Amino acid sequence: MTVTQQVLTIAAVVVGTMATRFLPFLLFPANKPTPGYVRYLGSVLPSAALGLLVVYCFKDISFLSGSHGIPELLSVGVVAGLHLWKRQMLLSIAGGTICYMLLVQMVF
Amino acid sequence: MQPKRIRTRALAAAFPHTVPILAGFLFLGIAYGVYMRAAGFSAVYPIAMSMTIFAGSMEFVTVNLLLGGFDPVGAFGLALMVNARHLFYGISMLDRFKGTGAKKWYLIFGMCDESFSINCTADIPAGVDKGWFMFFVTLLNQIYWVGGAALGGLFGSFVLFSTEGLEFVMTALFVVIFLEQWFKDKRHYSALIGMGLSGICLLILGGDGFILPAMLAIWACLTLFRKPLEKAGEDV
Repeated sequence: MTVTQQVLTIAAVVVGTMATRFLPFLLFPANKPTPGYVRYLGSVLPSAALGLLVVYCFKDISFLSGSHGIPELLSVGVVAGLHLWKRQMLLSIAGGTICYMLLVQMVF
Repeated sequence: MQPKRIRTRALAAAFPHTVPILAGFLFLGIAYGVYMRAAGFSAVYPIAMSMTIFAGSMEFVTVNLLLGGFDPVGAFGLALMVNARHLFYGISMLDRFKGTGAKKWYLIFGMCDESFSINCTADIPAGVDKGWFMFFVTLLNQIYWVGGAALGGLFGSFVLFSTEGLEFVMTALFVVIFLEQWFKDKRHYSALIGMGLSGICLLILGGDGFILPAMLAIWACLTLFRKPLEKAGEDV
């Protein structure tokens, strides 16, 4: 690829990415009343989207081979356990991440 | 309050929320910069791409696009698909971004998974300007990401200890944010629909093709059960 072609490729990716971010705001501008259906979606989608995002983190894990996703599941358990117990965001994140690093570096 | 004090206060409130992302983005950004260098690109590429695309997984994909044949239409379509989940984020933030003035355009531009999840769920303290708070969350996250990519692209691998597994910090962040949202919800139908249908789609379709079907299934389910869900949302 020439430099121009590279720039055009990157530009195409930028435009594609930004389309997914800007589209809802362009379709439903703030100065016009948002349809009730879309407002309903806006109120129920955050929880659903966060659920999707958590699952998305597991998309490259193979449960049938390698470590079977055990370090991931154990560490998510640590994150959730710590968070339910202390509800300190940084503690839960650091605890789970350190647990995961120890598991993949020393055990699996 | 003077504008300057409003901004300082918002920055001070926003920074603690971004600390996990500082760790995760510096690490992943460095990995991305190193990856691009290894693929034969100068540091200008990871810096420019992390600034303009600002969508982690898509940037890794773009490296392969740059190494293949010239196909901008294909690149555009792939970016749409990989980032389709942002559509859900946008619909979720229509109300929350209202009244933030010109900052709104930057908030939309920088709405990556991490910025969305914080801005969507954070309890912004009274006396802190909402628009500036979200602006600084987004800006700090982008600085971490571009900073990491620049470090990785410029200096290559110079890590002093084994960082294998550090990428889990992002999963941990999303789990914590999901739980926080769970505590906030009175009813958990939506969270369960989102997680359950995504999980089913992932198990059936595998990691590469599950996200669009999962989004369609979530959207269809939420639309189909609008009446009972709205009713459930009303009773406290």
